[in-house]
Amino acid sequence: MRTEIKIGGFGGQGVILSGYIIGRAASIYDNKYATMIQSFGPEARGSACSAQVIVDPNEIAYPYIVQPQILIVMSQEAYTKFSTELAPGGILITEEELVNPINLRKDVIHYSIPATRFAEELGKRLVVNIVMIGFMTAVTELIDPEAMQKAVIASVPKGTEDLNLKAFNKGYDYGLKLKKEKAS
Amino acid sequence: MKSDPKAVLTGAHFLDGDHACSEGAIAAGCRFVAGYPITPSTEVVERIAERFPLIGGVFIQMEDEIASSIAIQGAVWAGKKAMTVTSGPGFSLMMEHIGLAAMTETPCVFVDVQRAGPSTGLPTQPAQGDMMQARWGSHGDYGIIAISPNSPQECFDLTIKAFNLSEQYRVPVLLMMDECVGHMTERVIIPPAEEIEIFPRRFYDGPKDEYLPFKPDEDLVPKIVKAGDGYRIHITGLTHDEKGYPVMTAAAQEKLIPRLVNKIKFNAEKIIEYKEDNIDDADVVIVSYGITSRVAIPAIEQARKEGIKVGHLRLIVVWPFPEKRITQLAGRVKSFVVPELNQGQIFYEVERNAYGKAPVYLVPHAGGTVHNPKDIYNTILKSLKGK
Amino acid sequence: MDEQILEIEESIPVNPIESFLRTDRMPHIWCPGCGIGTTVNCFTRALETSGLDLNKVSVVSGIGCTGRVAGYLNLDSFHTTHGRPIPFATGLKLANPELKVVVYSGDGDLFAIGGNHFIHAARRNLDMTVICVNNSIYGMTGGQVAPTTPISATASTTPHGNFEQPFNLPYLADSCGAVYVARWTAFHVRHLTKSIKEALAKKGFSFIEILAPCPTLYSRRNKLGDGLDQMIYYKENSEIKHGADTKSVALDFQSKIIVGKFVDRDRPDYLTLMNEHYQKKFGDKYTPYKG
Repeated sequence: MRTEIKIGGFGGQGVILSGYIIGRAASIYDNKYATMIQSFGPEARGSACSAQVIVDPNEIAYPYIVQPQILIVMSQEAYTKFSTELAPGGILITEEELVNPINLRKDVIHYSIPATRFAEELGKRLVVNIVMIGFMTAVTELIDPEAMQKAVIASVPKGTEDLNLKAFNKGYDYGLKLKKEKAS
Repeated sequence: MKSDPKAVLTGAHFLDGDHACSEGAIAAGCRFVAGYPITPSTEVVERIAERFPLIGGVFIQMEDEIASSIAIQGAVWAGKKAMTVTSGPGFSLMMEHIGLAAMTETPCVFVDVQRAGPSTGLPTQPAQGDMMQARWGSHGDYGIIAISPNSPQECFDLTIKAFNLSEQYRVPVLLMMDECVGHMTERVIIPPAEEIEIFPRRFYDGPKDEYLPFKPDEDLVPKIVKAGDGYRIHITGLTHDEKGYPVMTAAAQEKLIPRLVNKIKFNAEKIIEYKEDNIDDADVVIVSYGITSRVAIPAIEQARKEGIKVGHLRLIVVWPFPEKRITQLAGRVKSFVVPELNQGQIFYEVERNAYGKAPVYLVPHAGGTVHNPKDIYNTILKSLKGK
Repeated sequence: MDEQILEIEESIPVNPIESFLRTDRMPHIWCPGCGIGTTVNCFTRALETSGLDLNKVSVVSGIGCTGRVAGYLNLDSFHTTHGRPIPFATGLKLANPELKVVVYSGDGDLFAIGGNHFIHAARRNLDMTVICVNNSIYGMTGGQVAPTTPISATASTTPHGNFEQPFNLPYLADSCGAVYVARWTAFHVRHLTKSIKEALAKKGFSFIEILAPCPTLYSRRNKLGDGLDQMIYYKENSEIKHGADTKSVALDFQSKIIVGKFVDRDRPDYLTLMNEHYQKKFGDKYTPYKG
């Protein structure tokens, strides 16, 4: 089934790289198809930015997302702008300390994670996006976690692989825990 | 001839169309690129600038697109394979040099990552508004080849094809991408170098004193030499004879210009490439190219689900246009539907070749994004009702 | 019979520069009294003594009367589009650094439509020689005002006299970074020949301006007599001042003409800089680019 993912945040959070890693994991390491489109132009250079990724076991024709089933937001602005777009029954993933989910929709499944704090605890705030996609991997079960790890290693700057892997696992483990709690 | 294994990044990559185009050029043996920054094409030259120093290439960011589009021709006459890359406004500036390349039969590649125009338009958003400009943009008559990829994988594959065709027919080849394809990231498989077929430059190897730079072979394409090899060639944009010397007569024009047109026209069946799906039983045929060929698929699928027999003819090579195929189909289908990100360009070409035997419906779009597949679907329905 | 032919051939004097010309393209299109042919003569004589392998010399021209030079020279020669010989030459040189690349064109081609390319090629110090025949006018199109037309001179598009400030070409070339800058007139054939030879031997962007008469369109319209009168004017009003500050060599209508070699300095050329830079950056991984 075609799954549409939208990631929103502000510049410097690694929004585009998150989308890139998800797409790369799916299409290179997980035997699926993926198409990523990033928003370009002045809006991509200012505060708000977003990436769209489509993951599909079959070839992808229409390249843009229509109604995402997964929405990852790392800023209040992105939450306000994009949360209405999420498909009913979709998964909403928010950064706990940066997003206050006001008027939270009842028809979506909501997960949140203090990713910035986790990243800071790991020593580098920059890896917040990797914590987020680790978390996403756990709660959505869309892409094989090993494929995601491979994509992380292949996509981050040389010498930072270990740190990023730790960040990924931090988010992933937290996601598994939350998921278990939700199920019980 | 095969590609250079030291330069080819064999493997599976997650690349955007612009970067895939750069890799295609490298795999095709291109080692000279001149360009000027313009959204949404800049990523092509950025990657070239990154990659070239270690693989023996030269990239130069020229002072404008006019300079870029002729610097590549200088490089070709010195023996390199060369390319320039731009988008709408820059493409407009390059028109005179597409004419020069056509007139002097200089093999080279122009990449146009189309954005919405006219003028500055929407710099970061897609369109397919330069398709007729690609065909007719420079003054005078000449044959041209234009190719339209619909995915990053095709940006890689078809850039190689563009170089190969330019060498085979000694003609500028235009790779007509669009912003959506250029900025879309997908899996791109780069094959091993030994699996990449490269068409070698058609260098002359006969007796030196018998060389005539513009004496055509049987396929109407002349052999080339390069500066520095002692042939003392003269190359001019003026109407010239087989020696390359200017001849300012109607007779010289009559000898040269039809050949420039016919070397593409008479070889068209070899150059043309398109892909057909569900054509055999089709009542309606969608004719599309570039990103629109993907956007049309949901509309086609929906219509077929409802029992409407819709076929799809996707142009890969847009110029020369598959005139005969359209004429053949026009004799048996009920209608054609042509969605494109413009107000009607290839539509007219389909209509012309349908000779009134089947109506042709345009699904226009001003650009800025892609069609809503519903609009294409609705036009399919409309075309069957004959409205 | 054979002997007879031989005798006849021996009796025809051969022009010493004939081997440099495409004699099968003669007669040329230039008017009687035009200075371009004189400059070509000087160029070929400079080539003759330059020691260059003529198979490795390429001449690139733009459009206009001087733009036709490429077509008459028996060298690899490229007659490009209007204003664009320099970027074409840029591609030629960068793709094969072995070539000696000469751009030979007119003032309108190089400094109006092509002005942007000139300043950037000089800035980059591309290894090429640019020869500009400055006849103060657009000749081919019928005598329109050029960026070199002196103030008060009449042209077909300034029928009431020109009031636009013209370029001081040596100053422009100097400020953009050319390593060799000289100016001569069509009268100074020996100086010019020597200067072209020097420019050809110079690594980097060298520039020579040659003032030449356009009797048909400039001299006639400005009541300056014929080509010969212009040569007399050049002879009587030129002053050789090597090393003159290029700021001081601007031309006015029928004013004194400062000629000479104004600039001769050393600065690494584009490809030298590129190779040095990448060698520093990439070390052994980088193979110096040789074409």
